[in-house]
Amino acid sequence: MSVPDTVHSLWTVAASSTTQTIPTPHIEYGQLSPMLAVFGAAALGILAEAFLPRRNRYWAQIGIAMAGLVGAFVAVVVLAAQGYAGTKAHLAAMGAVAVDGPSLFLQGTIVLIAVVSVLGFAERHLEPRSSTGAPVDAFAPQAATVPGSDAEKSAARSGFATTEVFPLTMFAVGGMLLFPAASDLLTMFVALEVFSLPLYLLCALARRRRLLSQEAAVKYFLLGAFSSAFFLFGLALIYGYAGTVSIGGIADVVSGTATPTPALANTTANDALLLIGLAMLGVGLLFKVGAVPFHAWTPDVYQGAPTPVTGFMASATKVAAFGATLRLLYAAFPGVTWDWRPVLWGVAILTMVVGAIIAVTQTDVKRLLAYSSIAHAGFILTGVIAMNKAGVSAVLFYLGAYSFVTLGAFAVVTLVRDAGGEATHLSRWAGLGRRSPLVAATFALFLLAFAGIPLTSGFAGKFAVFQAAASSGATPLVIVGVLSSAVAAFFYIRVIVLMFFSDPRPDGPTVAVPSAFTATAIALGVLVTLGLGILPQYFLHLADQASVFVR
Amino acid sequence: MNPVNYLYLAALLFTIGATGVLVRRNAIVLFMCVELMLNASNLALVTFSRLHGNLDGQIIAFFTMVVAAAEVVVGLAIIVSVFRTRHSASVDDTNLMKL
Repeated sequence: MSVPDTVHSLWTVAASSTTQTIPTPHIEYGQLSPMLAVFGAAALGILAEAFLPRRNRYWAQIGIAMAGLVGAFVAVVVLAAQGYAGTKAHLAAMGAVAVDGPSLFLQGTIVLIAVVSVLGFAERHLEPRSSTGAPVDAFAPQAATVPGSDAEKSAARSGFATTEVFPLTMFAVGGMLLFPAASDLLTMFVALEVFSLPLYLLCALARRRRLLSQEAAVKYFLLGAFSSAFFLFGLALIYGYAGTVSIGGIADVVSGTATPTPALANTTANDALLLIGLAMLGVGLLFKVGAVPFHAWTPDVYQGAPTPVTGFMASATKVAAFGATLRLLYAAFPGVTWDWRPVLWGVAILTMVVGAIIAVTQTDVKRLLAYSSIAHAGFILTGVIAMNKAGVSAVLFYLGAYSFVTLGAFAVVTLVRDAGGEATHLSRWAGLGRRSPLVAATFALFLLAFAGIPLTSGFAGKFAVFQAAASSGATPLVIVGVLSSAVAAFFYIRVIVLMFFSDPRPDGPTVAVPSAFTATAIALGVLVTLGLGILPQYFLHLADQASVFVR
Repeated sequence: MNPVNYLYLAALLFTIGATGVLVRRNAIVLFMCVELMLNASNLALVTFSRLHGNLDGQIIAFFTMVVAAAEVVVGLAIIVSVFRTRHSASVDDTNLMKL
């Protein structure tokens, strides 16, 4: 590969030359307002943490977070109403952010997930009050203290609370809003880190079982950093191949419509850069969605993290990461579909089968839900593989449906408690249906939605992705999907049978009465699950309208 | 010197880093290996920037440095808190959760 002679003029300039001006970048603040609202709330939250007295922080943080999220949702709806999801879709911020249908749909979904999650984080009625009578939430009183130390006990006695979780969540949400909308790989990488880093910290903050929580954080962090290093090297290789990192620019080079330059002629002569680069980008993204063989972190992190955080992570991360995967595969690399599709076939089949089969052997509710989330990642991948417009809308719909079921299920897990905190071992759930029929029935509804029983959102979602996959000729994939759905249904039904048809244990867990926060979160989960299940047409139509990428 | 040699060096450094993450036990060393992978990517980016004659790669390298710095803050916080609890930074000791 030879270097063009003109290259040095880029970073050396003759002293006598006239001063050059750099044009000011044009930023469309209005179109970026969903992200700006959330990041603004995050920054305000940090200031509140620094300047407000301790007793005022809890309500102030909830207010700031909710205001930011509601503002972001209104902004998304207004942008969509103005037509940015359809005819006016374009690239904002000098081509760094795509304001188009999939972006706005996923951003709306993520903001709603965040609203429900913040309600869960704010719950203070489940834990027994501290010795001074201060209400207590699910997070460590002071995360820096060593578990079991005097410092921790004194922090707990003083009624300290880690209200930093709210600004951290806001930063994570901001990154997640940017991730599926990123229209160049650099923005995508930065967004990936912006939403991952707060999540690593949130994992470490559980009030009870802090060793498990810290272990989860260490595992998530080391593996997450490892996978984002892969993403970055993939980015470098793609940049080397295409000479640009913008999604549209890459697509042009890959399909051969870009203006040829001598350097480009050199780098595109060899497809190794392109294929290895794409594979490494894929490793980074498939890690985040928890697809086999990059799933090893999922059960441990889901089990160890505080349960409200697990719910948030399981739903919002998946939405953001699948959004970015879609954009990458559909907008940047449609020219090499025949290269990546067989690989994703294998990944999807492995993910569905491994997720469903290993879930059968689980004895912990949170691990069970973790493996079920792996299996669901496989189902969503079948929609991604479809590589047609129906595939995009099916994946968008599935993500919206799945995330609310997940949020609701994890919120129910926080309610079933004994003296040691949450009773997550499955044997402890035996007979729950006799003791508290309402909670058990709600959990059963979520499990049925996971299993994809008709009249729940899970059925509509699965039907949509399998239909899209079948219409693109991926019938074997659909067969594997249906078979592993059947395996998955077995262990969901097993939990329901355990709850309703076995005798309650005398020392069994109690079901805590939640405050209005968690009650609202669960109610929203039930509403969306039934709503999307009984009347999916409207939302399918919405997802269908929002399924065109701009590049 | 042919700039392509720097790409081979970058690939080598990345491989050393990735191998290190897989075989080493100490969380700090693991983390240093991840940093090595990020810096290998930086070297590749800067080399490609020269090959293509545009500045994108150099700009991205700056972003990577900032991201790596932020990652150090979060990572060391987590590793230090685990070390203070267990008096060990070995990732083999953090094994309370198993299949």
